[in-house]
Amino acid sequence: MYAPSFAAPTTVADAVQLLANASGVTRVLAGGTDLLVQLRSGILKPDLIVDTKRIPELRTITTEGGGYRIGASVSGAEAGEHAALSRDWPGVVEAVELIGSTQIQGRASFVGNLCNASPAADAVPALVAAGATVVIAGPNGEREIAVEQVPTGPGRTSLAKGEMVIAVKLPPKPVRTGDAYLRFIPRTEMDIAVVGAGVCVTLDGQGVCRAAKVSLGAVAPTVLVVSAAAAALVGSKLDDAALATLDAAAQAACNPISDKRGTIEYRTRVAGVLSRRAAAIAFKRAGA
Amino acid sequence: MAKHHISTTINGEPVEFLCNTEQTMLDVLRDELHLTGTKEGCATGDCGACSITVDGRLVCACLMLGVEAEGHAVETIEGMADGDKLHPLQQKFLEYAALQCGICTPGFLIASKALLEHNPDPTEEEARYWLAGNLCRCTGYDKIIRAVLDTAADMRGAS
Repeated sequence: MYAPSFAAPTTVADAVQLLANASGVTRVLAGGTDLLVQLRSGILKPDLIVDTKRIPELRTITTEGGGYRIGASVSGAEAGEHAALSRDWPGVVEAVELIGSTQIQGRASFVGNLCNASPAADAVPALVAAGATVVIAGPNGEREIAVEQVPTGPGRTSLAKGEMVIAVKLPPKPVRTGDAYLRFIPRTEMDIAVVGAGVCVTLDGQGVCRAAKVSLGAVAPTVLVVSAAAAALVGSKLDDAALATLDAAAQAACNPISDKRGTIEYRTRVAGVLSRRAAAIAFKRAGA
Repeated sequence: MAKHHISTTINGEPVEFLCNTEQTMLDVLRDELHLTGTKEGCATGDCGACSITVDGRLVCACLMLGVEAEGHAVETIEGMADGDKLHPLQQKFLEYAALQCGICTPGFLIASKALLEHNPDPTEEEARYWLAGNLCRCTGYDKIIRAVLDTAADMRGAS
């Protein structure tokens, strides 16, 4: 009979050792909102489940050099209740709060959303646009990489055996910077993104965009960083010409699938529209 | 593998139970502790029928392992009434006939109680979004929302 082992270590070092020394399939349990569904359906039969919620540093949001360090087991609801984080990075917080219901929010985490590696993960494009990084602990110590370097395909990540993400880091927010995330679903709540668009911009004193990052979700096997779309914003005050170039660049970057939520053509078109709308919100938040 | 011995608090009472790793909190509540008020709908976190609170936080019992309950405080529908005295939400659900088959009702009540603790004066829109993770296939939701908003008004008036 299938009987997985379970451990709830209280330090990162113990968690890494358990993961590194285990034979067979291992899974990290933070909120469990994806993992338990996979267990229930039988598509995943891990030999070892490591619950990370008893590691104190993974349960907190701390400020670090003017930025934020969000522990890997912090839930969406906890992020939403963090006033300073919500004020500085509203797009990031809105994105994680779009994931599922109130019940899901009570458990689901940024890092779980990232490491589950769904192309449609809502928190991910917002984190990418904001320039977030992740701290990874493993048998050889810690390393830090950009969020977009974690997913390598649907359900796959760049993490090596024994490694786990222990935190997401958001940089200090530059002045006159605003971020936004929008997703499109066929209803108003409780569905998976057809397209998600994250935009972060920094303006100068005249309201001209000096730096930008644009990220798209659900339109390719992994989250996209669309440099051409960001370039369309830099140097502009978000006039019609910039918006048109942004829209075209976002559409050109798409490589989606057709499924019950939308066709390739539809997703591509919506990616352009959402990029424009998210850019408008980001400019406004930056003080334009 | 040997079963896990878990010590937890359920509805204010210390409770100990044994469970396997793969048993969900919903499995434990229903099959081990025979607290069958918490219902299984979808078992995938979509319907909210198994709503409980853990340390005051609303969650789906189907998306939590039983072993995770160690040292935490769990509240279920069985703890909502005070003896024979119904919670104001339970009373109002009866008055409004905000239920038909009843399978979703414990989840709606637990989720609504969590809403009013979080926000004693929700707008209709806030109540509808908060309860978006609770599905009802009978009532069409309107009576449920009215019952929740009317309870909120009563409880504000009483305090």
